[in-house]
Amino acid sequence: MKQRKILGSEAGNGYLMLSPTAIYSIALMAAPLIAVLVFSFMTPGYLKIIWKFTLSNYTTVLGDPIYAALMERSLVMAAAVTAATVLSAFPIAYFISFHVSPERKSLWLFLITIPFWTSYLIRVFLWKVILGYNGVINSAFEAIGLIKQPMTFLLYNANSVVITLAHSYAPFAILPIFVALEKIDRSLLEAGQDLGESQIMTFLRVTLPLAMSGVVASVLIVFIPTVGDYVTPTLVGGSSGQMIANIIQLQYFKLGNYPMGSAVSITAMGIVTVLALIFLFLNRRFLRGQK
Amino acid sequence: MTESQDPATRPARPIIELRDVEKYYGDYYALRKISTTIRQGEFFSLLGPSGCGKTTLLRCIAGFEELSGGALLIDGRDMNGVPANNRPTNMVFQSYAIFPHLTVEENVGFGLRRDPGTKAEKAARVAEALEMVGLKGYGKRAAHALSGGQRQRVALARALILKPKVLLLDEPLSALDKKMREQMQSELRKLQRQVGITFILVTHDQEEALIMSDRIAVMFDGEIAQLDSPERLYRRPVSRKVAEFIGIMNFLPATVVEVGAEQVALDVGGLGRLSITAEQCPGGARTGTASVGFRPETMTLLFEGDPEPTRARVAEGKVTEVVYYGDMTYYEVLLDGVEKPIQISMRNVVGRPVLQRGQRTRVAWDPAALVLFG
Amino acid sequence: MKGRGFRIYAIAYLVFLYAPIVLLPIFAFNNSTIISFPLVGFTTKWFAALSDDTSLLLAVRHSLIVAVSVSILATTFGVFAARATTRYDFPAKGGIMGLIMLPLVLPDIIIAVALLGAFTNILGVSLNLFTVILGHTLIATPFTIAILNAAFQSLDRSLEEAAYDLGETKFSTFRLIILPLVAPGIISSMLIAFTISLDEYIIAAFLSGAGSATLPVYIFSQFRFPQRVPIIMALGTILVCLSVLLLTVAEYFRRRGIAKAGGKDTGGFL
Repeated sequence: MKQRKILGSEAGNGYLMLSPTAIYSIALMAAPLIAVLVFSFMTPGYLKIIWKFTLSNYTTVLGDPIYAALMERSLVMAAAVTAATVLSAFPIAYFISFHVSPERKSLWLFLITIPFWTSYLIRVFLWKVILGYNGVINSAFEAIGLIKQPMTFLLYNANSVVITLAHSYAPFAILPIFVALEKIDRSLLEAGQDLGESQIMTFLRVTLPLAMSGVVASVLIVFIPTVGDYVTPTLVGGSSGQMIANIIQLQYFKLGNYPMGSAVSITAMGIVTVLALIFLFLNRRFLRGQK
Repeated sequence: MTESQDPATRPARPIIELRDVEKYYGDYYALRKISTTIRQGEFFSLLGPSGCGKTTLLRCIAGFEELSGGALLIDGRDMNGVPANNRPTNMVFQSYAIFPHLTVEENVGFGLRRDPGTKAEKAARVAEALEMVGLKGYGKRAAHALSGGQRQRVALARALILKPKVLLLDEPLSALDKKMREQMQSELRKLQRQVGITFILVTHDQEEALIMSDRIAVMFDGEIAQLDSPERLYRRPVSRKVAEFIGIMNFLPATVVEVGAEQVALDVGGLGRLSITAEQCPGGARTGTASVGFRPETMTLLFEGDPEPTRARVAEGKVTEVVYYGDMTYYEVLLDGVEKPIQISMRNVVGRPVLQRGQRTRVAWDPAALVLFG
Repeated sequence: MKGRGFRIYAIAYLVFLYAPIVLLPIFAFNNSTIISFPLVGFTTKWFAALSDDTSLLLAVRHSLIVAVSVSILATTFGVFAARATTRYDFPAKGGIMGLIMLPLVLPDIIIAVALLGAFTNILGVSLNLFTVILGHTLIATPFTIAILNAAFQSLDRSLEEAAYDLGETKFSTFRLIILPLVAPGIISSMLIAFTISLDEYIIAAFLSGAGSATLPVYIFSQFRFPQRVPIIMALGTILVCLSVLLLTVAEYFRRRGIAKAGGKDTGGFL
């Protein structure tokens, strides 16, 4: 009877129901991530790990200027992508939330999410086609006589990576902001204007602060995965557009150096986590009282 | 359906017995040792503010909550360990819980799935139930296309079709607008008399409870504060808390001078010495400080030309506030020698003026209308 | 007044979003191996070349096996998690759910290396389609949970209690009430998980091992050969049409699910 109480209790049922998914996540994500952490302190051997503790992987990652430069470039590019994506996404989210009639909102959201779900690889490759030396933009501009020589700054550099990633992560940036805007009680805006503020000031003093929780979510949900993106820098980045994922892939796949690859992964994750926490801390007043 | 019976003449057979029923979550007590009996065929209401435990008690009866202690008997059978799907009770939910993917007919007939009857018999029962709640011909409609009042009727038909021994209603009218609510109140009352099934209604609306019930249990903090007929509850509340929850009551400080077997002698500030019967002390009487209460309609303003009262006494005072309601006028009158103004309601009749603020007036009051609170 | 400016911006933004997808069929039907303007002429030979490519057909087969398995597995996990979070309250719910939803923000390459390390260096299993299925299920599950949460949330708890009160058992209540009401959400969740798996590259690249390349892994390998590019364009055109079709069906079921449960539509996926 007593045992039935525990099993039949609300919390017991909840744990039981959640356990298959939770166990899967722990076994296939949490445990492997811990394994990566352990690997990063082991001695490298080609395609295998020598189980001997060492800090040398980290001294290399943190000491070698190549890693530092690559890490810095990844962060700067991810920041640029995030800024471009979130800034360009905000007006869209605002437009759909405030200027589109309720019954058409779903359609707009659907239109925005479709490109996101269609073959990522091919989309990235097409940006190569669009931005390339003989690409769509250059050939079109040449055809109408705008330029004589193809522009070379479009592809195989940081620009092309930023444009391509901004394209890939657009819906990720739009949706959280849209959700935050939708939650704003429209009478608050009327109250703002009723209290003597102009439309622009009402936006700055009422709408924007209330939408900030969405903006914060957008920034994180774009920034964190972009730091670790592999396909885009590989296909359109050229040598000056390489990012941290390329070196991880190189260590694991080409060099078979698992401990080194793990150390790079852990360092990158650590830096990104710290940056994300600092960002959350700086924006804490916008997140208060929100769930 | 069973023939109608007058509740007054019906033998008071118990249908539900609660014996020291307790329910707690951790160290929070939702129900504290409740013992009472609900009679076969009565319209019983659980009335109280939100959080008083009325819904918890209803859900314990339904079987959605397990008792933490005590016993619950339905028709003499102990319900311990009997799950909701095996109890002879059915429920009308606050949200109605109409299955949105089924038609009206399928909703009403939902509980008949395990019934051994033939298809035709079941269809006949569904049709009968729909007719009973005034939804004849609505059977093929999609459930999500119904109005609030119609959903309510479907929920009723669905619960009644299984001929439960007790029908449980969890604030069934709270989602309806005022007009619809009033209509459903009288319909529910009629329906209950017609089917003769015990109804237990949970409500926080005291007016609704007074209008519909044979008996009302007023609950505060997991306990039944008073269980009585609507009239006794209104006229003889056992405590100030019950009195304040049901309607409006004026309170005046008083001193109990002497407690006799039949009579109690009091000294009421501003009204003087008087004597009341023991029946006017539902919560008991002890000598010492106390308070008396009376309802706004038990006092009357005396207008020029009104006959002098014979039995009632007369006090004087000044009108401090006038609120005109059309059929009624509510006055606040500061009686001479009394600290706080009291409320008096007067029915507006032809030829009688409405007094203005600041006017002096005479007030007739009857000691028999007073209630003493310890 | 200001809505006009926004509308123009929104349309320009849609052009940016759709530019690559619109170009895809243009070059797929262009009779030239060089992907640039001006167009040379119309041809369907790139599509014809697809059916002759045996390694492509094998990759498609692999991808379908993986995607179907992932859609079933991830949706099953999603049903458990969504039911648990919407129906029960218990300590550490937020923390556990946070862990389960983590792949939404974790770079895929981190998941890829973690699983590769665990599979090869700790468990010592060989890489094949099954390891890809395990990895894809991990990243698809958060999406299925998001969709199924919405489906389960619009389910009024008293509906279950009503069925139970009317004599049904816990199991038959699930079958008669809950399942029919969340079925559209389940279908939509399966389609989304299918699409995610079909499209995923980096985890598949790390975990597929030799001889079990999925479609994206195959496509990526073809980018090195310029003469193969038009064929990839043709393949891409087919994939885009397929994705749009799948998504439209998923969206239809998602909306129908919400409407069926009497809820209000609050937006798209994610």
